[in-house]
Amino acid sequence: MPRPGFVLEVDRSTPPILTWHGEGFRLERLPPERSRVIYAPEPVAALDDPDQAIQDALLAPLGDSPPLPDLLRAGMRLTIAFDDISLPLPPMQRPDNRQRVIEAVLEMAASAGVDDVVLICALALHRRMTEAELRHAIGDRVYDSFAPHGLLLQHDAEDPDGLVHLGQTDKGEDVEINKRAAESDLIVYVNINLVAMDGGHKSVATGLASYRSLRHHHNVKTMRHSRSFMDQHNSELHTSNWRMGRLIAASGVKVFQIETTLNNDAFPKPMAFLQKREWEWSGRDRAAYIATTKGLGRTPPKLARSIFQSIKAPHAMTGVFAGEVEAVHAATTDAVYAQQLVSVEGQTDVAVFGLPHICPYNVNSIMNPILVMCMGLGYLFNLYRGKPIVRQGGVAILSHPTPWAFHPVHHPSYIDFFEEVLSETTDPIEIEKTYEERFATDEWYRHLYRTSHAYHGVHPFYMWYWGAHALEHLGDVIIVGGEPAAVRRLGFSPASTLTDALEMASDTVGRHPTISHFHCPPIMLADVS
Amino acid sequence: MSERPLPGAGPPEKRLPVTMERIRSGATPARRVAGRLLKPPPSPFPYTSPTWPDSVPRPPAPRELGVDYDTDWARRYPARVARLLLTELVAKPMVAVLADPHVAGEDRIAHLDGPVVFAANHASHIDTPLLLSVLPEPWRHRTVVAGAADYFFDTKLKAAVLALSINAIPIERRRVSRTSANRAAALLQEGWSLLIFPEGGRSPDGWGQSHQPGAAWLAARTGRAIVPVHVEGTRSILPRHSGRIRPGTTHVTFGRPLQPSSGDNPRDLAAKLEAAVSALADEHDTDWWTARQRAARGTSPGLTGPSGAGTWRRTWALGAPTRRSASTRRWPKP
Repeated sequence: MPRPGFVLEVDRSTPPILTWHGEGFRLERLPPERSRVIYAPEPVAALDDPDQAIQDALLAPLGDSPPLPDLLRAGMRLTIAFDDISLPLPPMQRPDNRQRVIEAVLEMAASAGVDDVVLICALALHRRMTEAELRHAIGDRVYDSFAPHGLLLQHDAEDPDGLVHLGQTDKGEDVEINKRAAESDLIVYVNINLVAMDGGHKSVATGLASYRSLRHHHNVKTMRHSRSFMDQHNSELHTSNWRMGRLIAASGVKVFQIETTLNNDAFPKPMAFLQKREWEWSGRDRAAYIATTKGLGRTPPKLARSIFQSIKAPHAMTGVFAGEVEAVHAATTDAVYAQQLVSVEGQTDVAVFGLPHICPYNVNSIMNPILVMCMGLGYLFNLYRGKPIVRQGGVAILSHPTPWAFHPVHHPSYIDFFEEVLSETTDPIEIEKTYEERFATDEWYRHLYRTSHAYHGVHPFYMWYWGAHALEHLGDVIIVGGEPAAVRRLGFSPASTLTDALEMASDTVGRHPTISHFHCPPIMLADVS
Repeated sequence: MSERPLPGAGPPEKRLPVTMERIRSGATPARRVAGRLLKPPPSPFPYTSPTWPDSVPRPPAPRELGVDYDTDWARRYPARVARLLLTELVAKPMVAVLADPHVAGEDRIAHLDGPVVFAANHASHIDTPLLLSVLPEPWRHRTVVAGAADYFFDTKLKAAVLALSINAIPIERRRVSRTSANRAAALLQEGWSLLIFPEGGRSPDGWGQSHQPGAAWLAARTGRAIVPVHVEGTRSILPRHSGRIRPGTTHVTFGRPLQPSSGDNPRDLAAKLEAAVSALADEHDTDWWTARQRAARGTSPGLTGPSGAGTWRRTWALGAPTRRSASTRRWPKP
């Protein structure tokens, strides 16, 4: 029976706490009697037979949807869309959930005599996946059956001929999605729900949408009114996607949604200590920690990055739900909450977030300073329900090397955003008003997004907006161990150690502040009362 | 990669408070020396076990020792090969030198096939290596030894050494334990014979102790024959509570196997076993015919010595001369 999440009140007997620091980690002592550590629940049990569970879900769907075989017929146009490289984190060991589900769907399609089948990777404005990444996600059988015939596509949000405008919501939001998908008799969307924000109408309304459509919810106003992204009842991002999804359904686009959930078993056995509570570390865990940290201390950063990016998580499928979008997502959200929720009482003056090596936008890539901000203030800060774990006007302390480094292929517009925009202002409103459109419509970025493996020109803006709620909420942000020039460019304060950072934080929150250490990953969701 | 900014670019650095870390990272030699002198001792964790937070209740310790010690590894081939070498190259020569074993009654078990339960009286730690070195084939290298879970399996090192060297398995001797009984029964079913000392421990004063029903229960449950074994002479080589070994002569007598029938009560079988071992002791002290006659009349001398007698009288009786060993000193040496 996996143990639920846990909040440790730090006292003098508490051992040093593991704190992620990019491609590495540290053991940090927290001030006793005024600090607490929030630990994730242990991984919930995996499905005994995932393939059978998928069959069961497809044959007995949720909501008012008929079973999948009843929706398939010869002569129909079927589009199977699936989540991209940003999920799950770290990438899971083979077979990926998407492979299992897509193979099951294709078996049924073949039985029904469906010939016109296209697979689309729902990229939104993310970078195109490489062949190796696609093979890992959907499996070699599927890849080899569809890619050589041009039937495995990656969504192109800038293809004027490949998009269709379905109308506007009652709030004036344009809904423009992939034309092939929209004109299909059926879209089967195959999702991996790593956090509560994923899935639901967001799958199609965001994953297959264009910039014209996305800008209505990927903006500062929406982000600041999403408290948090993970709480659908208080998320403007969720509400906007739901409006769009309902418009898509009302336009006659039929979506059969398949969502899968994972447990939070994020690291393979040799790195099991990363998921344990420090006082429960065995001799083997301690030896692994010492060996890993000593080894990493002598490893060039580039090699360390390659090593960490090669980690494949032993995530296991804990649930699969299929059918009508909203009914499916309600069940999925419950399953995600069952794995991730941790009850936390009240807020503290300071929150400490150790940032790992990976976020949704640097898989097989570099965690550049903008992604450091997005990961810390966009994702980890927003992993709450109710209230943030840090009070209004409090301080967030992030721990990450924050190198002044960018992946030139994946993140070309990030480089210019960092150099041109952040050197002028870090105010999200000002950035959105003054710079967004130029980057979003830049022909070179558009070309790289469509033909190379680059994120869209506007993507760094979205990363910045992602942290807009935190920037508004917090009194100060300090990055421990970051490259000072890069940290200052972000508008934050650099500190060499956590002790220094806590002393600096006292300028904002007073002497002897209360502190929350968010022991993540593995992923969890603080349910703050 | 983008280019780095020029040195000095960006807003002026915020003045940081003076801390130990800042002193230690100071640029001047004087500061570095001061930093080294002021450097606190490194936190022992993770080089030592972590402290346990006072606010977290400790879970019950994982049960990995005692009756829960897992000995499966000791029956895999690498361990079996190591044990075979130990038995043949170390234990057997040492036993030959120290205990000079004389074995009788092997013909009584020659016809047996498959796993059996060997049940012997117990006076010394020498008993186990002695018996393992004199057990006839095919049992010698296919026998597990029932060891007291509370005595032999209380530390990982002791448990591992015994599991490897004598193929010991933990048996609960103070109370009935389903775990240990099931494990022993399963091993018998898998083809392993069992060497067990039904008295539950070494003799405290030289006389035997009443048999516990465990051996009989296992035989009755698994339907395997139970072979009574009598060992004599080991106590004088290594008595209880003594660390000194005095070489001597030992006698091992195998008795006629007791085959449990389906209706046998384990307590009755245990009584038969105890009587059989007593008869073997009598056979060793007198002769086979005398022992058989006394056994038939139910007058075999008991293993447990005179009851109701004071300590000195029990010890005195222990030294009474026998036909075969009239010259053997029985008086316990200090």
